Amino acid sequence: MTDRGVAVTGIGIISSIGETVEENLQALLAGKHGLSRIANFPTRLQEHIWVGEIKRTNEELSDSLGLSLPHAFTRTALLGAYAARQAVESAELRDAHDLRTGFISSTSVGGMDYTERYGPTYLNSPEWHRYISSHPAGDSSHKIAQHLGIKGLVTTVSTACSSAANAMMMGARLIRSGRLDRVIVGGTDALSKFTINGFHTLMILSDAPCQPFDEHRKGLNLGEGAAYLVLESEESIQRQDKHVLAYLAGYGNANDAFHQTASSENGEGAFLAMQKALAIAQLAPQAIDYVNAHGTATPNNDLSEGRAMQRIFKGNVPLFSSTKPFTGHTLAAAGAIEAVYSILALQQGVVPPNLHFNTPMEELDLIPETTGQHRSLSHVLSNSFGFGGNCSSLIFSKA
Amino acid sequence: MKKSVFINGIGVVTTQGVWRAEFFSEVRVLDHAITPADQPSYKGLISPGAIRRMSRGMKMGIYAAQQALAEASVTIPDAIVTGTGLGCSEDSDKFLRSLWENEEQFLTPTSFIQSTHNTVAAQIALQLQCKGYNVTYVNGGISFESALLDALLLLQTGEEEHVLLGGVDEIAEQTYAFLQAAGYIKADGIQETVKNNVSPGVNYAEGAQFFSMGASRMTSSYAEMIDVTLQNELEVSETASFLQDFLVANNFRPEDIDAVILGYNGDEKDDLFYNALQQELPLATPLYYKHLSGQYDSCSAFGLAAAAFVLKYQTVPPILYWNEKNPPKTTWKNILLYNQYKGKDHSLVVVRAC
Repeated sequence: MTDRGVAVTGIGIISSIGETVEENLQALLAGKHGLSRIANFPTRLQEHIWVGEIKRTNEELSDSLGLSLPHAFTRTALLGAYAARQAVESAELRDAHDLRTGFISSTSVGGMDYTERYGPTYLNSPEWHRYISSHPAGDSSHKIAQHLGIKGLVTTVSTACSSAANAMMMGARLIRSGRLDRVIVGGTDALSKFTINGFHTLMILSDAPCQPFDEHRKGLNLGEGAAYLVLESEESIQRQDKHVLAYLAGYGNANDAFHQTASSENGEGAFLAMQKALAIAQLAPQAIDYVNAHGTATPNNDLSEGRAMQRIFKGNVPLFSSTKPFTGHTLAAAGAIEAVYSILALQQGVVPPNLHFNTPMEELDLIPETTGQHRSLSHVLSNSFGFGGNCSSLIFSKA
Repeated sequence: MKKSVFINGIGVVTTQGVWRAEFFSEVRVLDHAITPADQPSYKGLISPGAIRRMSRGMKMGIYAAQQALAEASVTIPDAIVTGTGLGCSEDSDKFLRSLWENEEQFLTPTSFIQSTHNTVAAQIALQLQCKGYNVTYVNGGISFESALLDALLLLQTGEEEHVLLGGVDEIAEQTYAFLQAAGYIKADGIQETVKNNVSPGVNYAEGAQFFSMGASRMTSSYAEMIDVTLQNELEVSETASFLQDFLVANNFRPEDIDAVILGYNGDEKDDLFYNALQQELPLATPLYYKHLSGQYDSCSAFGLAAAAFVLKYQTVPPILYWNEKNPPKTTWKNILLYNQYKGKDHSLVVVRAC
């Protein structure tokens, strides 16, 4: 533990804009989004929605992981293993048995993609029964941990769309408490019929590429992906002479306690989460150089989050953008994917652009960054909010 | 300096009914493949409309949470942390079935809205207007213990004063039918208990168990929560060192443990782990509870309620003894709990009389 926070020594990511950190960075810099029509499974909504889908089949992902067949990895586990392995490689984690290593993942759909596909056969035929035990959310974490060879503290957070942020927060707290020396944290979610239809019934899916913070925003685009960070204690870093990518300096979690799916008008939960994160990081609001907003582009979220930002930054809102037009809303993985983008922003000194923004919201005097400005950044705040009023904020600081 | 943590209130809705002084003297041993919870009336606590709309897990959770808070005289906790293995399966099942039956048409949002794993913790926060820290863990047999670990961190560091901690899992027809098809749950019609188990699978059930955890000892306190550890995988041969490391980390000798509460559920392979651990603690009285709770991912929280009961009242309800003959003991100071499921998700918890 240092005053700077908990060190990040590795990052890994797979999203619709790239299968490596470098590919994601290049897409962000080029303003190249990853939205398309669904190709991996048939759905009635195919022609009606845009999604951030990763154009790799499960078989391809399985092959690239070198998994022996048959296995019961669902897409959520496959994507998670893919990104987590990169994170571990990027941190150059060596097998050190005297270092206590944990894994805290997160997911919202878990193995639902296979349950929705094979569930109708389960009671008539044993053919696909191996996927029954892949259904629970925690199963993907077990499979990823096994793939990475991690034996120890392994658990899973599920707080809807703020899941990964809470997994990262728990990891940092476990390091600070001295219970772990290093921990791989993040989240993974695959697209499924269950979620796209669920969001469709709520009428918050846009039929066009999403426009966060725009007056004419029509809703969100869903996406899939996974991202993980490696967090390490100061002692672990010194012992191994590790290169630090960034510091997780602050984290805050609060509940909006307003409605199961809608955010409160004044963004109380978001406000409290940002306030707590600033307190943990011991930073004044003015120290934040860039906010990677939750910014789903639903009318409700962006107004509520915008109000919360105005409250916390007292009208002096720093540069901010939502990267959801690039990836779609990747649900439980969003917090981790956006943590990687926040770290890249710090490292590269660049603010990722908020695509498709044209008209400021009537209610608020807030204009997101649209051009991908280069400037030196010291502290980045990343927001993740979910159903159930779960609001979380993380602060990453330059190494 | 770590602060002490206490269990100051308990609330449950289980196959054995709700938490009460006579809880363990009015129990019955489960002998069905699936046993639903004996649910209380929710009138007065939940509005009639919500009673109709809410799933079993939500209602059981809200009731148990209220009971735990009331016993500890806490109106609004600082944080809510829960664990659930399968989450809100009833609503997931419902949405999934209508997805299949209507081929993605004519769907309504209610069951989707209520299907997320964090629904119970969120509904409790909404009901209490609790804007504090709120997290749900979903990791099989250590879902509850993960929440417990989080609650311990919040309280030991002094970040929070009162944390509402819970474990909830509900019976959902389709999900449980799938678990039956895969052999986890016994077939319908079989009547076996944990002790006279012969057929494959185990007896499943459902329940909600909540604990009002606090940084200060109160007159209502049951026990002091000392520590918890989690481990994803373990060989039977590694249980001894797993236990040893945990005891050493907490300055315990094996002989300090007066009773060990084991997760025996009737599965012969699971027994191997519990037998191995028991051998390391020859002086500890072995106790069990899954013959009363049934198996579900967060049922280990029922075990913790049993430990808290023994420590508070300094007596072991006879139904909890694993062996027929037990060495006479008059004081119960330290109780260890060990749970795992099919060789995965191992947890050790130690609680002390206060």
